[in-house]
Amino acid sequence: MLNYLLRRIGYALIMIVLVSFTSFIIIELPPGDFLTQKVEQLRARGDRSAEQQVEMLRVRYGLDKPFLERYVNWAVNFLRGDFGESFEFERPVSEILGARLGYTIILALATTLITWLLAIPLGVISAVRQYSWVDQVISVISFIGLGMPGFLLALIILYFAIIVFNLEVTGLFSPEYQDAPWSVGKVLDLLNHLWLPALIAAITGIGGLVRIMRGNLLDTLGQPFVEAARARGLKNRTVTWKHAVRIAINPLITILGSEVFPSIVVGSSLVAIVLNLPTIGPVFVDSLRKLDMYLAGTCIVFFTIMLLVGNLVADLLLAWVDPRIRLE
Amino acid sequence: MENAQTLAGQTFVNPSMDSRPTLLEVRDLKVEFNIRGGVIKAVDGLTFDIKRGQTVGIIGESGCGKSVTARAILRMIPKPGRITGGQILYYRYSRYPDRDGAKKDVEVIDLTTLDPDGELIRQIRGGEIAMIFQEPMSSLTPVYTAGTHLNEAITLHRLLPIKRLGDQMVEAITKYRRVTKEEARQIAIEMLRRVGIPKPEQRVDSYPHQLSGGQRQRVMIAIALSTEPYMLIADEPTTALDVSIEAQILDIMRELQQTANMAIMFITHNLGVIASMADEIVVMYMGKQVERAKVVDLFYHPKHPYTQALLQSVPRLGPKTGARLASIEGMVPDPLNLPTGCVFHPRCPAFMPGKCDKLIPSWNKVGENHWARCLLYEE
Ligand SMILES: Nc1ncnc2c1ncn2[C@@H]1O[C@H](COP(=O)(O)OP(=O)(O)O)[C@@H](O)[C@H]1O
Ligand code: SF4
Ligand SMILES: [Mg+2]
Repeated sequence: MLNYLLRRIGYALIMIVLVSFTSFIIIELPPGDFLTQKVEQLRARGDRSAEQQVEMLRVRYGLDKPFLERYVNWAVNFLRGDFGESFEFERPVSEILGARLGYTIILALATTLITWLLAIPLGVISAVRQYSWVDQVISVISFIGLGMPGFLLALIILYFAIIVFNLEVTGLFSPEYQDAPWSVGKVLDLLNHLWLPALIAAITGIGGLVRIMRGNLLDTLGQPFVEAARARGLKNRTVTWKHAVRIAINPLITILGSEVFPSIVVGSSLVAIVLNLPTIGPVFVDSLRKLDMYLAGTCIVFFTIMLLVGNLVADLLLAWVDPRIRLE
Repeated sequence: MENAQTLAGQTFVNPSMDSRPTLLEVRDLKVEFNIRGGVIKAVDGLTFDIKRGQTVGIIGESGCGKSVTARAILRMIPKPGRITGGQILYYRYSRYPDRDGAKKDVEVIDLTTLDPDGELIRQIRGGEIAMIFQEPMSSLTPVYTAGTHLNEAITLHRLLPIKRLGDQMVEAITKYRRVTKEEARQIAIEMLRRVGIPKPEQRVDSYPHQLSGGQRQRVMIAIALSTEPYMLIADEPTTALDVSIEAQILDIMRELQQTANMAIMFITHNLGVIASMADEIVVMYMGKQVERAKVVDLFYHPKHPYTQALLQSVPRLGPKTGARLASIEGMVPDPLNLPTGCVFHPRCPAFMPGKCDKLIPSWNKVGENHWARCLLYEE
């Protein structure tokens, strides 16, 4: 088990190094990037203070050092919490992303939670009552959810939320809590704002997960140990949940890390852009457009870390629920 | 008991070969599977009974309806299947009498009338009639220990007496209570010991993947017997195991049966195994019961051509040979298109043209405690 854990963490660390390296290449890649432009501009001015500023930038970003050294320099600074400067906002990246990171994680977690809370019971009902009308309705809806592009679905829900139900859907806080210190009221306000974006971001993933859960459970229900459990005199509900669902859910935990969580990070970025939520997603897209590369690179590394941590958590969860892995 | 006998006697042919009290009586049982291509008569008119402590063997080629019969008794027929006729009378002794059952009341329940998800059948299932299966490798839920499985059955079905001192300072057992977690664990360990699992105190915490196939089947037997059932249905319990492991498992079953006065319905397609286990044998072919006799009569004087063919296909008997039924001539017919007349006629060496393919044979007495479904024995 310890072996397994260390191996997983090792993989994650290697991945982070690789991705950060790639990110750094991307940061330096664009010829028309902000830094080059800025230096050109300052050079064009040619006065003394401009020269000083160019000199400062040169030292800070190590412009005259070899590539590898610049990368190590950047990586070490990154670990210290210095992510470089956003040229667009002329502020440290850490300042811009700081608060947003927390909301991004909260939104991703809420989305994951909603995905599971909806997909698993629906998949179970669908399988247990195979071919009944409930199963048919759930199947049709999940196929629609599967076939339709996520953003379209998000827009439709948005339409209903705003026009029909008159819900407040933009932002994560009401105006009165926007700058207020944390309190019970603020948390409730956050939850109140959070569930709808999370639901919208979850909706695209749910359809597929329902189908997978249904299929897995139908397979599992046909297994000898399910019949044996029934032959012991257990209630149907116990047989289904304790013996069948418990096994059928394992493959879902694997795809939680490898598919569900990534699609949630992407999906919630889309939703966040549409709904103007203070998460990393909108900033990331914007920074790419403006070639604000330190900001963009930092976002990429953060996303990667989130995905890897998600993966690691899924692996640990799987080991925790499945003794065949835990005791291997 | 009197009450039960009169209820069960009635007009039906109810051959009594054994003087022990009846436990289960299957009468003219019919099970059908309504599938896309038509109706499969998986069990068609099965009649036999099982006495307390008796072992009845059910034998026949794969697909003849043995497992379906077992599942019908526990009301666990899978989806498109349905019991379409007959009765399964279960003579229910009140729980926890003294084990001879003599003074105890018997209630006769027709299992076919019960709600398959209801409270009553769930008490019987596992608690009074337990079952072990053909696939020991996958009959335990992979994420639970042997102890967890045992604990489920024990806490569900086992009760312990609450002892009180009665009027004359005599211990009187008037009430029962559920077992505690610790007691359940002790019972579990004891059961594992009895089925011959080494170091049961440790093995009780083993997961299925840490046990061998033979050990898993032992655990299944331990689970089944932990509730002290009146009857064990063993559906080809050793088919998936090596011959040496098979012999050990059979030994354990015989041994435990003697101490527990438990009936066994032993399903197999292995003639060698059945000879060493059963008192009485029912031979099935394509859902129909074709012959029924005491073990000795069946092996030395088989009457039905199908049984004769089965016995001829086995060179030597005895559990060690591991003789299997496989090599009778002809093909097993399509269950959706059964032959007319006697269903065995396309493969029968004694086929009588114009008769066997037209007339349906009835259940004929061919000897003392011996019946066969064949036109050779009809006037
Ligand atoms: N789930 C099922 N669906 C359809 N038909 C079935 C099902 N289970 C059993 N049957 C039918 O019942 C027949 C008897 O099956 P079974 O009792 O399992 O045979 P066996 O004697 O080998 O245990 C099979 O040949 C098959 O046609
Ligand atoms: S009835 Fe005819 S075909 Fe059927 S077993 Fe008897 S002899 Fe053979
Ligand atoms: Mg079978």
